[in-house]
Amino acid sequence: MLKNIRNDFPLLSSTNRAKPLVYLDSAATTQKPRQVIDAVSSFYESNNANVHRGIYQLSEQATKSYENVRKSVADFIGTADPRSIIFTSGTTESINLVAYAWGRKNLKPRDEILITEMEHHSNIVPWQLTTRETGANLRYIPILKNGTLDLSDPEKYFTKKTKLVSIIHQSNVFGTINPVKQIIDYAKSVGAITIVDAAQSVPHANINVEELGCDFLAFSGHKMLAPTGIGVLYGKTKILEEMIPFLGGGEMISSVSMESATWNEIPYKFEAGTPKIAQVIGLGAAIEYLNKIGMDDVQKHGQDLLKYALISLSNIPELTIYGDSTNRGAVISFNVDNVHPHDLAQFLDQDGIAVRAGHHCAQPIMTKLGLSSTTRASFYLYNTKKEIDALCESIVKTKNIFSI
Amino acid sequence: MDDFRDLYQQVILDHNQNPRHFHSMDNATHEADGHNPLCGDQIKVYLFVEDNLIKDISFEGSGCAISKASSSLMTTTLIGKTTDEATKLFEEYQTLITTGKGDTKTLGKLAVMSGVHKFPARVKCAILSWHTLKNALNNKNETAITE
Repeated sequence: MLKNIRNDFPLLSSTNRAKPLVYLDSAATTQKPRQVIDAVSSFYESNNANVHRGIYQLSEQATKSYENVRKSVADFIGTADPRSIIFTSGTTESINLVAYAWGRKNLKPRDEILITEMEHHSNIVPWQLTTRETGANLRYIPILKNGTLDLSDPEKYFTKKTKLVSIIHQSNVFGTINPVKQIIDYAKSVGAITIVDAAQSVPHANINVEELGCDFLAFSGHKMLAPTGIGVLYGKTKILEEMIPFLGGGEMISSVSMESATWNEIPYKFEAGTPKIAQVIGLGAAIEYLNKIGMDDVQKHGQDLLKYALISLSNIPELTIYGDSTNRGAVISFNVDNVHPHDLAQFLDQDGIAVRAGHHCAQPIMTKLGLSSTTRASFYLYNTKKEIDALCESIVKTKNIFSI
Repeated sequence: MDDFRDLYQQVILDHNQNPRHFHSMDNATHEADGHNPLCGDQIKVYLFVEDNLIKDISFEGSGCAISKASSSLMTTTLIGKTTDEATKLFEEYQTLITTGKGDTKTLGKLAVMSGVHKFPARVKCAILSWHTLKNALNNKNETAITE
């Protein structure tokens, strides 16, 4: 278990409804360490300037810090070329960028976009919009009741018509880690472009885009200790160069006349307007923090907590855990008989425990399982086994109140 | 803690456990569906109205304790009331759960729902059945949606 890091997180020593906070909603957003908070405030206190254009020292420094983070991000996900890293507002924008700038240019009527029934809404809706614009069709790889993908009949889904495959790496509902390498290989065999929604996986494990072989990978800073409003789109440079721009404005141009404009080189072609400079600095500090601990240890800690929580929760009668994939991340969705998830979450809140209740932006999964909602607990590097004990204790207490 | 006890009063837990008039109705004169997409709550409200008098009312569906208890309490309150009285109560009830204020005499048993106003995220749970009722009375076929 990771020791002595809780003190780095100011918010973790606060209270929730006058009880010590037990924060079990990191799959939604993580808490931030002092190092990240300080990096952001120190940027505003002593480094703040716009980047790329200032002919003065302050701006040069800001530009250097900003571009250095691009290098650390590239390094963090295992690519040598920082030009393949585009800063976005988050996973949602990253996926929308590909849908717009690749999808609208390249997809034709009756082409197929392939996703899975396990996707977060952010990897469903952009493609629904794309099909409306292009006439392409959207297809889904089904999920099985145990929260894994049904890949028993790949030829049915990966066909000559398949032009783009976009898949969630780790489910935000079940925690299932999907065999993305295998799926990417299927996609490649039919010549399709691949996108990995890595919002839930990059924060928890060593992810290497070269090893995965994906064309694009999207993730968010705020789920890995960084500020909100910053995300990343990794893309193979060759593909990025051929894509049309996403947002138009300053920074993304090379020159502009009254009639037309030419585009800046990548990655700037996709970073219109003043970028999220302070957030990028915060992301840099988050990556530095994670690297210091080591992603192997971060992953091990998550797996230790997951195993402990799975055993502890399974010991509660009348509690159902959804998804039983052997390869899974530190996320557990469950329900307790006769207690609605919203009531359970409200009772847990009363004991200082923050969990998620709802459809987790994955309504197709809920429909498939015949559920209206679930309660979800998710863990990160600062959580402890004691907090999982507190969760179980509070669940049992609530269950008893509702069964009187 | 007191706010919390107000929200989950014994009466509410009891109505959740043993909802009253919790069944469908074959001879309903009015009915409507209600849905809260955010938490997946789904209900159907049935009414038997004669000469503007609510002679019978029932509901079906699934939801959290707050939504189920509010539906159950609504049915017990409205039997024997005129449709005009029901509409007035709707307004009175809406004020109660959003501000905590209201005339306890008019509201009767519904007054136990006043604690909801301290938990803004739960107001939608407490109002779903009433929006559905309104749609049923207005013979609107659309699903009432709160989120």
